[in-house]
Amino acid sequence: MQHKLLVGTRKGLLIMSRDGADWTVESAHFEAIPVVYAFRDKRTDTIWVSLDHGHWGGKLHRSRDGGATWEEVEAPKYPEGDTVPPDFSVPAKTNYIWLIEPGGVDEPQRLYVGTDPGGLFLSDDGGDSFQLVETLWNHHSNTHWFGAGRDHPGVVTIQVDPRDSRCVTVGISVGGVYVSQDGGETWEARNRGLFADYLPDNYAEFGHDPHIILASPSNPDVLWQQNHCGMYRSADGGRDWQDISDKNGGPAGFGFALAVDEQDERVAWVAPAVSAEYRVPVDRALVISRTEDGGETWQDLRDGLPQEHCYDLIFRHALDKRGDALAFGTTAGNFYVSDDRGDHWRCLTHNLAVVYSVRFM
Amino acid sequence: MAQVKFTPNLKRFFPDLCECRIDAADVAEIVVAVDQRWRGLADYIIDEQGALRKHVNIFVGDELLRDKQTLSDRVSADTKIYIVQALSGG
Repeated sequence: MQHKLLVGTRKGLLIMSRDGADWTVESAHFEAIPVVYAFRDKRTDTIWVSLDHGHWGGKLHRSRDGGATWEEVEAPKYPEGDTVPPDFSVPAKTNYIWLIEPGGVDEPQRLYVGTDPGGLFLSDDGGDSFQLVETLWNHHSNTHWFGAGRDHPGVVTIQVDPRDSRCVTVGISVGGVYVSQDGGETWEARNRGLFADYLPDNYAEFGHDPHIILASPSNPDVLWQQNHCGMYRSADGGRDWQDISDKNGGPAGFGFALAVDEQDERVAWVAPAVSAEYRVPVDRALVISRTEDGGETWQDLRDGLPQEHCYDLIFRHALDKRGDALAFGTTAGNFYVSDDRGDHWRCLTHNLAVVYSVRFM
Repeated sequence: MAQVKFTPNLKRFFPDLCECRIDAADVAEIVVAVDQRWRGLADYIIDEQGALRKHVNIFVGDELLRDKQTLSDRVSADTKIYIVQALSGG
């Protein structure tokens, strides 16, 4: 059982800790400031936080002492004169820092940052400075990228292969899945099998909307993707995707959040909603769906979750798993945990602000 | 030298921020100058392309800044500059 959680909300960061069966808020940070993403880099025991100041822009902060003190580092910046795809009429600037991800264990100074309007940045000095990954930003397919929910495309997923740090998978929403096998020098789009109901060519090479992608730690060739148009799984690093949305009438299909099992490449959890047009829980009942057979079948886990008049959504980075524990926070400020892989849930609080990010430390 | 004042809200991030006087020809030069004194302050006022952030206002005298892209509004020795947040949020 993991004992600490980082919870990023619209009104600040909470560090929650577990004492026996109880979870309590150990400390609160960045009060009243939207915290987009927070995670602990195990390689360097550093907590990283992305802020979205309403007035002052997106910022990055880090703490090397478990949250006792914080240091602001210079946020990623787009080069002078760069413009935003797909029409290149708007100057490029860091509107929003979607997430921060560590590089491989063999490159402890490397960090990746995903931003709106679609730029991936990397640092090789522990986050002291960031450079735009021009090879992806200038990819020939970027005329097929566009915004969804926000005005501009965003890098919302970054996955580094634990077997080979040069292999990096990136999800651009909207743009699709891109993989580099040479540390970011070249990028290949991997969207075969994905369906996009909003494109003239539903199976286009580019322009797909991966809300989130996660690799199975036990077999990183297995990628899971909660897409705008369904749930997908790939057994070959994203070269081919299979639609694993629930074919039996269950809710798994549309959604944002995703968690995968550390030990079993067939097991994952999603947080379904009705559809892009109806962004509410299916039948107004909160459910987490779990597959234990690679998406062949899904179980709906409802014990302890509200089953009527519920309007909570779970954002893409607001569900996490560690061991048998799962935790998620919602757009309505509710926070739930499970100690048994989602079979039973309990609510820790109804009173948070919108939850953007949940990560076990 | 132009007189520059800031919203007190910026003191949360720059605790020793205070009113100052700066010799500058335009507002862009003022932003450069205050950033030299309070390192990183410019990033709170303008984006990386030099444009005023969407939810920040700068008053030049009693008038709102006109050139929000390059901050070329001229200032003189007796100009008062006030850097504030826009009335937006939630």
